[in-house]
Amino acid sequence: MLAEMITRLFERSLDNAAQTAAREGQWLPALWTEVEEMGLPLALLTEDQGGFGLSFAEAGETLRLLGSHAMPLPVAETMAANQLFAAAGLALAEGPAGLARADDLTLSNGRLTGTVARVAWGEQLDCLALAVGDKLYRVPRSGWTVAEAGTSANFHPRPSLAIDWAIDAEAALPWCPLASGATVRAFQIAGALEAALEMTLNHTGTRVQFGKPLQKNQVVQHELAKLAGELACATAAADLAGEALARHDVLGVAAGTLRAREAATAGAAIATQMHGAIGFTREHRLHLYTTALWAWRDEFGGQVSWAKLLGSAALAAGGPGYWPMVTAL
Amino acid sequence: MSAIPFPAPPADTDAVIALRAEFRAFLDQQLKDRTPRQRSDNWYGYDRGFSRAMGQAGYLGMTWPKQYGGHERSAFERAVIVEECLAAGAPVGAHWIADRQSGPSILKFGTEAQKQAFLPRIASGELSFGIGMSEPDSGSDLAATRTKAVKDGAVYRVTGTKVWTSFAHEADYVILFCRTSGTPADRHLGTSQLLIDLKNTPGLTIKPIIDLAGQHHFNEMHFEDAVVPADMLLGEEGQGWDQVMSELAFERSGPERFLSSIELMVQLIEVLKGRDSDAAQITVGRVTARLAVLRRLSRSVAGMLQEHQNANLQAAIVKDVGALFEQALPDIARELIDAEPDPRAAGTYASVLANIVHNSPSWSLRGGTREILRGIIARGLGTR
Repeated sequence: MLAEMITRLFERSLDNAAQTAAREGQWLPALWTEVEEMGLPLALLTEDQGGFGLSFAEAGETLRLLGSHAMPLPVAETMAANQLFAAAGLALAEGPAGLARADDLTLSNGRLTGTVARVAWGEQLDCLALAVGDKLYRVPRSGWTVAEAGTSANFHPRPSLAIDWAIDAEAALPWCPLASGATVRAFQIAGALEAALEMTLNHTGTRVQFGKPLQKNQVVQHELAKLAGELACATAAADLAGEALARHDVLGVAAGTLRAREAATAGAAIATQMHGAIGFTREHRLHLYTTALWAWRDEFGGQVSWAKLLGSAALAAGGPGYWPMVTAL
Repeated sequence: MSAIPFPAPPADTDAVIALRAEFRAFLDQQLKDRTPRQRSDNWYGYDRGFSRAMGQAGYLGMTWPKQYGGHERSAFERAVIVEECLAAGAPVGAHWIADRQSGPSILKFGTEAQKQAFLPRIASGELSFGIGMSEPDSGSDLAATRTKAVKDGAVYRVTGTKVWTSFAHEADYVILFCRTSGTPADRHLGTSQLLIDLKNTPGLTIKPIIDLAGQHHFNEMHFEDAVVPADMLLGEEGQGWDQVMSELAFERSGPERFLSSIELMVQLIEVLKGRDSDAAQITVGRVTARLAVLRRLSRSVAGMLQEHQNANLQAAIVKDVGALFEQALPDIARELIDAEPDPRAAGTYASVLANIVHNSPSWSLRGGTREILRGIIARGLGTR
């Protein structure tokens, strides 16, 4: 039901013109209004918290749709930020929200100052779910200015923010915003790979060379099979991360996000190669997905940081403890 | 959508959690003297004593009806036993084929007499099976099978050659895929399956095929007018193709498709102890992520099988991605640790590495080559 509504909205309102504008750094107010009217920012909240009480599978599908439509606005971040705010007992966002962790901020005399690196659509946000140490802050838009411009690999604004804010909303941190961000990105990666596989099947099924569709070549079929394998891994990885986040298990999130990032890399490469030169252009929609995959795989903690977290835990478990650790993920 | 769906695996019930704990304790006891080098043999370790202990403790034929010696537990519970065996490097070879595919095939297609004769003895760990599919001219192209069985009164007379039969020199039976009418040009028509007694079949000779590691797992089975009682026909004459495809589905779905080299990972972690660099942490982290996700996919397949859904496509994906993973481990280890693989080393790491290096090429060959699996997946995507 919700999935159908979201699909209809995105098919209607998220056209090429909207994508082009977003790549120019223009906010899409009409689209955001529609997203809010549908209630998407509250989608991850329980019914008690004023949300939809979606099942795990429905929530995952909603997040994957943000990926399979290459949603340029920070909808996933806002969903995750509101989930954190609700869990912490802080007020929900009244517009788009960001998610960040910055442990090197300065806290003195009730004022928080310092720089938060690379926040999607930082100028346009209503508030920021910001973790510092074991505290979660709800920083309103008046609490920061743009310190430095930045752009994501899919060409959306990603400025660094100079925070200077008299703290008036803080709570104990329920879980790390980076774990939330990495988890929603894993679902978005799975969604984007779903779209990339669909496009690649279409293209190789209709593009005729040497008198037959590309897809009739065994070597092409095998690449499609590999792409389907990466998609399966990304989808399972996102589910794994999502289940782990729900029990606040950061190692499970690490495992899920790492494998999803790997699938983003491998999947984007296969999809582009199978499209030939047209896949390298902005004339074909594939680039919306490949550039998004190249952006998302490095956001909310880098691959190296997540791998070190999981790897050091595995090494600490030791040889005999390794398998029990894996089965607990 | 064209994605091949993997439903979320069922959550571990209290019964599953208890079973895992109980079985880990059983394995600790059973395997306390097994060396890392022996554990690295994984599913091709062969020990009838271990298989009998498994049977006596109720860990074989887990999903079969009690009337045939089974335990009427879920496919998911069986999957727990299987993955724990593999992760621990238990010598499962003497019951592996029988418990995984021969027994389920007999349960599905066998006569009442066959079920009573074979299943309780498989479930008790007494009876060991091999696979009788591949031939010298019929590997991936199974429908080109030539081995012929001609009905002659109360017996079949079998002539032909089967190859790559793991443990035919040790096992008691194979399920033979053969042609009961027509010629190889008829492809899958006219094929059947026969239960062959490896110890008591006049006209059957078994010769070793030594693999590149110098190990004797494979055999050639040569049938020269071999005499097989007609009541050893499994299922229906002429239905061999459908039956063998069903058997292959059991073969492709399990966690052995990504855990074959797990002992190398265990030993790598032991070697890295106390000198874990950034590179070691990063690499081990990424390997662990891949393993955890493969395990989830495999559990999803187990859940599908429990619901009696067709999981052939999903199983092909798990095996394809899983073989890449288990085959990548030796090189991943080589990027972290300088060590020469030494098949005869007394030291643990060098001998485990050698065993894995030598055996890993077979993991994308057996049970359907990588190329065959990718063809199956591509067909599932609608490409042909």
